[in-house]
Amino acid sequence: MSKIVIKNFNLYYGNFHALKDVNIYIEENRITAMIGPSGCGKSTLLRSINRINDIIEGVKTAGEINIDGANIYDRNIDVDFLRRSVGMVFQRPNPFPISIYENVAFGLRVNRITSNKNIINETVEKSLKAVLLWDDIKDKLRKSALTLTLEQQQRLCIARLIAVAPRIILLDEPCSSLDPVATRKIEELMMQLKKDYTIVIVTHNMQQAARVSQDTAFMLLGKLIEFNKTDKIFTNPSEKETDDYVSGRFG
Amino acid sequence: MIRLSPKLSQKLSYILLFMATILAIVPVLVIMFLIVKNGASAISWEFLTSMPKDGMRSGGILPAIVGTFAIVMCAVVITLPIGVCAAIYLNEYAKDNFLTRVIKLAIVNLAGIPSVVYGLFGLGIFVMFFKLGVSIIAGALTLSIMELPVIITTSRNALNSVPKSFREASLSLGVSRWQTIRHIVLPNALPGILTGTILSIARISGETAPILFTAAAFYVPHLPKSIFDQVMALPYHLYIISTQIPNMPKNIIYGTALVLMMMVLSISFVAIFARVYFRKHRKW
Repeated sequence: MSKIVIKNFNLYYGNFHALKDVNIYIEENRITAMIGPSGCGKSTLLRSINRINDIIEGVKTAGEINIDGANIYDRNIDVDFLRRSVGMVFQRPNPFPISIYENVAFGLRVNRITSNKNIINETVEKSLKAVLLWDDIKDKLRKSALTLTLEQQQRLCIARLIAVAPRIILLDEPCSSLDPVATRKIEELMMQLKKDYTIVIVTHNMQQAARVSQDTAFMLLGKLIEFNKTDKIFTNPSEKETDDYVSGRFG
Repeated sequence: MIRLSPKLSQKLSYILLFMATILAIVPVLVIMFLIVKNGASAISWEFLTSMPKDGMRSGGILPAIVGTFAIVMCAVVITLPIGVCAAIYLNEYAKDNFLTRVIKLAIVNLAGIPSVVYGLFGLGIFVMFFKLGVSIIAGALTLSIMELPVIITTSRNALNSVPKSFREASLSLGVSRWQTIRHIVLPNALPGILTGTILSIARISGETAPILFTAAAFYVPHLPKSIFDQVMALPYHLYIISTQIPNMPKNIIYGTALVLMMMVLSISFVAIFARVYFRKHRKW
């Protein structure tokens, strides 16, 4: 069974119909990319998968998003618990203005997952190692997270998620504020992480989608136009709009 | 119609705008000069720390200083928690519906009510209806109601200035809305809330009308023992010695005004320094 099953999903911002009958099956331990021109709804769809859109006023949804077979838009779903297992990384690195250590420990402490010092220490180390940040910063864990470079900050944000043990990681244009070298490194990190997590990435950078993802969804004006293996989408798409977009005729 | 050359009209408008600016600060400087000139001679350690004597014509103003301090501190202790809670509700939870808009409109309008109206309201509600009598607590409650809209507004601005991305980051770790507010939003909004509070302390220290009927006494020969006591207060004391007592030495009147002014100014300076400090140490 697919990890995430999106069925006839619709989303409205007030009267604006932002997502129209979207259907996608996202598989475990793969990277799924969502591409499309600005305003096509790819970020909106991503933000629906952990219901972070709920905080925007006037958002209404219809249809289902099932994770491991359970509809996350069900009435009795615990949204906080859902978000703990479906973490999100944002466009601009957004570490909290506290120490590096406290950033990673934040979720554990505030969610009362554990208050055991040793377990927190271990988790912080493990999480920072998972994002390949540990060796660079192990001596300055008490320094403010904002002293790090943007790339390191983005890694820290991923480590902060990993500490609360999510199953799915959503990335919303995670490299859009990074230079090409840093982008390359974050992409390598994503490919390492995919063996443990299901990853969904929104990107406006088609080359990035081609480099990192196994599956690609192409969206246009709130509709899912095509969803297939990345190779297929970029070399031999079935839909004319997809072909026009990936070959650079618009967008 | 005379047509001025562009050069000349440029010069004239510059002078006009400059004069308007000067006009705005001249009264402040004159007031300060007069008060310092006429009142400095009255200021002494004894003036600040002893009771009035000879029907207030000599001695000190200690009970008025203590009274003002007590009323204002009481008012802050009441206003701050309520104001911050209301600001959190309005900024973080309230949906943009009819009720919320009515509440916001009411808050804006409350800030525009003349302070003597608050005074009469306090007299009716706290002094008479709740039978608190003319007392520190009645005056503090009256000042609280007057200051609440200001505290709510400044606190809302402070909460609003915390980046949305912090909230999103916290929520997407599975942290609940309230924990996000408690651990992320509030700590980062605190500097703004604090400076707003200090400024409102400065503002209410000088208020006369709201405490006129609710807390202030003409003369009390001792310091207050509880919040249910009547007290002397600096602004009201100043009013009395300026208008109600014959043969009042001028330097005591100006000296009292100087103390009140310095009190308000120094509180404002604390706010300014706090703001500069926080801005320099702000990490985002």
